Amino acid sequence: MLLVLAMLVPAAAADVFWFGPGLPIQIVIASLSALLAESVMLALRREPLQPSLGDGSALVTAALLAFALPPLAPWWVAACGSAFAIVFAKHLFGGLGRNLFNPAMAGFALLLLTFPAEMSRWSMPIVVASHHLGFTDTLTTIFTGVPPVAWDAISSATPLDAVHSGLKTGATLQEVLARTSTAHSASIWSSLGILLGGLGLLGLRIIRWPSPVSMLAAVVVSAGLLNAIDPGTYPGVLFHLTSGATLLGAFFIACDPVTTAASHRGRLWFGAGVGLLTVVIRSWTAYPDGIAFAVLIMNLFVPLIDRLTVPRIYGHAR
Amino acid sequence: MEVTIATGRQRGVRLIGAAQRSAASAPSAASAPPQLALSLALPDGSSLVPVVRIGEYVRLGQVVAWSPDCEGTPLHASVSGQVSAIELRDAIGMSARMPAIVIDNDGRDERDPGLIPVADYTLRSAEELLARIEAGGIVGLGGAAFPTHLKLAPTPSTPVETLVINGVECEPGIQCDDMLMRYRAESMLFGAQVMLHIVGAGRCVIAIEADKPEAIAATRTAVKAAGDARLSVAIVPTYYPAGGERQLIEFLFGTQVPAGGLPRDVGVVCQNVGTAAAIATLIRTGEPLVSRLVTVTGLGVAFPRTLEVRLGTPLSHLIEECGGYTPDITRLIAGGMMMGVALPHDALAVAKTTHCVIAATAADLVPRGPAMPCIRCGDCAEACPSHLLPQELYRHAVEEDDAGLARFGITDCIECGCCDAVCPSQLPLVSVFGAARRQLQVNTVTTERRDLARQRFNAHTQRLAVEQAERQRRLKERRPAGRKDE
Repeated sequence: MLLVLAMLVPAAAADVFWFGPGLPIQIVIASLSALLAESVMLALRREPLQPSLGDGSALVTAALLAFALPPLAPWWVAACGSAFAIVFAKHLFGGLGRNLFNPAMAGFALLLLTFPAEMSRWSMPIVVASHHLGFTDTLTTIFTGVPPVAWDAISSATPLDAVHSGLKTGATLQEVLARTSTAHSASIWSSLGILLGGLGLLGLRIIRWPSPVSMLAAVVVSAGLLNAIDPGTYPGVLFHLTSGATLLGAFFIACDPVTTAASHRGRLWFGAGVGLLTVVIRSWTAYPDGIAFAVLIMNLFVPLIDRLTVPRIYGHAR
Repeated sequence: MEVTIATGRQRGVRLIGAAQRSAASAPSAASAPPQLALSLALPDGSSLVPVVRIGEYVRLGQVVAWSPDCEGTPLHASVSGQVSAIELRDAIGMSARMPAIVIDNDGRDERDPGLIPVADYTLRSAEELLARIEAGGIVGLGGAAFPTHLKLAPTPSTPVETLVINGVECEPGIQCDDMLMRYRAESMLFGAQVMLHIVGAGRCVIAIEADKPEAIAATRTAVKAAGDARLSVAIVPTYYPAGGERQLIEFLFGTQVPAGGLPRDVGVVCQNVGTAAAIATLIRTGEPLVSRLVTVTGLGVAFPRTLEVRLGTPLSHLIEECGGYTPDITRLIAGGMMMGVALPHDALAVAKTTHCVIAATAADLVPRGPAMPCIRCGDCAEACPSHLLPQELYRHAVEEDDAGLARFGITDCIECGCCDAVCPSQLPLVSVFGAARRQLQVNTVTTERRDLARQRFNAHTQRLAVEQAERQRRLKERRPAGRKDE
């Protein structure tokens, strides 16, 4: 578990470089909230705090959730999401290993539904923002909810947001992409960080190849197909791969062993489902990014997938 | 000891540093102890019946116990001397004390005059040779101790095409097969030829692990010297459990033995190299199975080595032959590091199934942390040679869900321990599965008995009803005609 956290460092570094010190603060808030929630739930369930508290699973959930939050979101957003993830998505299902839904994604989905305004105020990349928020300013903003300058001066839409809302205003895809190019290059850098960490996880054999490979393949195929049919409306494969939480989802979320299918073959199906649903949600629903909902929907299918993909036992006919 | 999941076509684990203190010297004969205890226990928990009395003088190779229901093969005195006791004693791998024949060795090794070699086996029929093998007390020496004559017995519906001589050590660290091939390859091949004659197979494959170059070289030389075109050597990659019969057949021929079936169903019979050598000794000298190779290893013994040991030798004597214990011995294990059983003391005796004794220190053992919840990582499924999903089996075993256990194939679990060894949550998977499997067997038998009782009861009630109806009908017929029923 702690190695998973270590593998998030490159992406976190890229994030801090582009958006300032918001992310580390969010990680700390989410982690404290997760550990508190974990302790309370363990006490309520009359279970010993150790070794559950020290296994690092709550910290991973908190970190992954923090990655999905806007860096300047108020502190109670991270705290609520993290606590919900631990209490409802994890412990009410029976604790580590028994949860049906990915806790981080369940927490994120709750936040998206309950605090849409806070969740959409994504930071403007430092290079283009007119004001540069230092550590103290960032801290004050997160804890008071009031930035030292107007929100407009420091926040901007994410590339996915830009495409999503831009197309509705009648602009062509190319114009929208041009407008959001700086934000997109920031997103590319953190994607590369995620990729680095993800390959590290694969190399250390902490995660297995089926889920990320099939998920990315499904994104490539479905996004590529849409783009080929109507390049004016649907962005290309590379845009899908490098924006939003695509790579984070592939290497850190879809690989969560607890909430994915049991067998290799099952994991291929699970990953493919997540990839396809992500593109579907991004293209045709009210939400700019679809990873969280795609993962949660596929989590629901895991028992069915497991039933249909039991491997052939030695010596048995197919 | 370090455990990693084996990569490649075969499922299993690689074990690095598993009690691998190799002994390069030829296996020497351990001295015969002053007193031996021949355990009458059979692997299935039943036991042989003694045919000697206390105080009787027995000769080397004389039958001392046999199996009236043919469940096991006869047991022979491994020394000459006087039977001093027939009593219950602890036996390796048995939870209850089992009967054993105790012989006071007179040190003269006086042979039973009834032991006669077979001059030319090619002139004898398969039935005759099988009877000799049965009378010679020969069983599979790989560890399962299944009677060899039953395994070789002809079955017309499933002809044997290939005889596999299994030289793949069942667990890393055990060296008796390796040593046998290095120093007694000729004898092993002779035994293989006898078995080829019996089963009428056209070819014989001797399977050896890739990490045993000396054994491979010695066997190849012996094959060349034998000049028998039916014999060939196959190299098997080093992983555990490559030596499992079913796993070996899958690797060698790409076919799987059907579930519930036997290797014969795919035209194969497997025999351990030690069994082949024992058959050679029996045919050439008439001597039955009275000794076997035993590897004594682990950091807890001064000079680890493989020895030719008389059956019934106490383990304490065996350890003394290897220079005694080192001060940091923590555990005595019979069998390998994966499937071996921890022993309560060293007064237990070597049996036909004893291929290895590990005097383990803390450095030999894998420390086990507290069991954590299963996170469904799937490492166990990747390592399982039976292609099961141990994570699902574990869930159903904990819930005592027999239907779920059966659906995920608990009966196909070979209890090799691969899942257990790779589990990051340190779950005691293999012991849970063993217990669940035995419980399932008990439950099945109980259900069968209950069903049978219900059937009997139903049949009984039905029979009574039929009889009753019949009686009434007759009664009605006997009534005088014309008289009306009220």
